[in-house]
Amino acid sequence: MAGILVYALHDDEGNFNKNSLGAISEAAKLAGELGTEAAAVVVGEVGDEACAALGAYGAGKVYRAKAAPEGLAQPVVDVMAKVIANEGFSYALFGGGLLGFEIGAGLTARLNAGVTMEVTEVKAQDGKLVAERPVLQDSAIVDVGYVGDPGIIIGRLNAFDATERDGGSAEVVDVEVELSEWSTKATMVNRGEQRGADVNIEDAEILVGGGRGLGEAANFKLAEELAAALGGAVAATRAVVDAGWYPYAAQIGQTGKTVAPKLYLAAGISGAIQHKVGMQSSENILAINKDQNAPIFEFCDLGVVGDLHKILPKLTEAIKAKKSG
Amino acid sequence: MKEVPDAAVQKRIDASTMRLDRSGEKNLNPFDTHGIEAAMQIREGGAVEVDEIVAVTMGPESAVRALHKAVALGADRSVHLTDQELAGSDVCATGYALAKTLESEQPDLVLLGQQSDDGECYTIGAVVADHLKMPSLTQVIKIDISDGKLVCERQAEYGYDTVEVQLPAVISVGDAINEPRYPSLKAIMGAKKKPLETYATSDVGIEADSVGETGSKTQVLAVNPPPEKEAGEIIEDEDTNETVEKIVAWLDERKLI
Ligand SMILES: Cc1cc2nc3c(=O)[nH]c(=O)nc-3n(C[C@H](O)[C@H](O)[C@H](O)COP(=O)(O)OP(=O)(O)OC[C@H]3O[C@@H](n4cnc5c(N)ncnc54)[C@H](O)[C@@H]3O)c2cc1C
Repeated sequence: MAGILVYALHDDEGNFNKNSLGAISEAAKLAGELGTEAAAVVVGEVGDEACAALGAYGAGKVYRAKAAPEGLAQPVVDVMAKVIANEGFSYALFGGGLLGFEIGAGLTARLNAGVTMEVTEVKAQDGKLVAERPVLQDSAIVDVGYVGDPGIIIGRLNAFDATERDGGSAEVVDVEVELSEWSTKATMVNRGEQRGADVNIEDAEILVGGGRGLGEAANFKLAEELAAALGGAVAATRAVVDAGWYPYAAQIGQTGKTVAPKLYLAAGISGAIQHKVGMQSSENILAINKDQNAPIFEFCDLGVVGDLHKILPKLTEAIKAKKSG
Repeated sequence: MKEVPDAAVQKRIDASTMRLDRSGEKNLNPFDTHGIEAAMQIREGGAVEVDEIVAVTMGPESAVRALHKAVALGADRSVHLTDQELAGSDVCATGYALAKTLESEQPDLVLLGQQSDDGECYTIGAVVADHLKMPSLTQVIKIDISDGKLVCERQAEYGYDTVEVQLPAVISVGDAINEPRYPSLKAIMGAKKKPLETYATSDVGIEADSVGETGSKTQVLAVNPPPEKEAGEIIEDEDTNETVEKIVAWLDERKLI
């Protein structure tokens, strides 16, 4: 079989990741165009019913490796390499997210295969798949083809929509794998820890997002004062959350929350794709950034090229004055 | 280490080769400086004895400058893999070539920046790890070392993960892991005098047909401009009072205040 194999990531409760479901839907669509089949790989203790339910998104078969741990890349590389060797898949497709990157890269090495990452679209051309990948901060799009089998495609976040098809339920096949020696040398101590106070940014109609342009943790008060004047809440980029400037609960983006407020005011935020996916549905996007080439200026409604340290305090005052006046 | 076009250089793709045009000012990939700093902190932390820190790169002749910078930042010596045969290597071929070069060094820990400023691939660490048969973790923002084990933190799909990794290992670090120090003038001046080994592919057992364009498993078929987007309004802040007035008017118009 020349099909397309997808890795379906899940949380500790066995709920599948939205991007993985998107990848299965995409694989099923492409497999239809190539006249082949889509299948999924699941690791860990996931029940028959949950696995079979992936059929709704288009997986014909689900290969389940109960003994492999979820959350680390290398055990999944072992499983996928084995399934590909036994069943002869022509493509491995991953939804956006950290693990897709790691597993796809490991498979590339293991199978001596071509890989394309941050893929936004996949086309079937002359019986083969061609991946579209934006490069150089999205200023160009390259079409990438594959030499030999398999081709590895790692999607950009939210590139593929999870759409239920009338696929019915998937056949669940248990696979026994002996893990590589080196993939047993990393062990998960604690998975998915949530950090910081629980700020509810999802309900706010107005959000002031603070990025590394704020310069240091203490300067978040500029964002807080502006948010207070506007009657909104403060959100943050991963860069500042990783740096410990703001709690994880306020993080927007690929590995944070998805928001769609009436106003998103981005202060000192570059507008990296992983951030953009979490806030692009905001009704109005206002960006303040001193670099006129910052990617955020390409998708905001109003862009202000300038120093936030000068602008934010005055803006806060002006809004307060306007509201009380 | 990787040499990348300077952040200020307008990057473009050369239409004739379909590769990144690498002319113009170049620099050490900023993410890699966090890798060296992490190595320095492990050495200074004292939990393990660090014999030496070696900076390794693959790239054209000019990449030597990136190695000098790496040495100025703390590496003890450097290794440069350079060969005409490597030109045009994709991720698969690059990872293999780097792994072969590293193999000959027998490192206990391979540290990389999680991404390069130009390629934005996020993948090389995991490719190298599989070739070296070492455990790996990418996008790490904290490393603790004890009893020959690393305890690493990183943010993944569902929040922060803490993962224990046995050495030898391959770790790619994010830029939040540390604040790279500035090199001293003395270190900058002395960098060119530190040992630097230059290898061709055959020196480290790289099979020529596994690298370069022949060894690559992906093929760029076309380069297209992105679809046109409707651009928003952009204002330059010249007089801040005026700028603020404009912002308030914009907010007011949309009934946001
Ligand atoms: C797998 C993966 C998942 C990720 N998930 C997320 C995620 O969920 N959310 C997220 O946000 N990111 C995520 N990222 C990180 C993302 O790629 C970016 O690194 C991050 O969003 C950048 O944050 P930033 O804009 O605050 O910082 P930077 O990119 O450093 O940008 C700072 C900006 O501030 C501007 N600036 C500096 N000083 C001033 C000043 N005085 N006045 C005005 N402007 C100024 C600069 O010009 C710059 O544009 C993820 C990355 C990966 C690889």
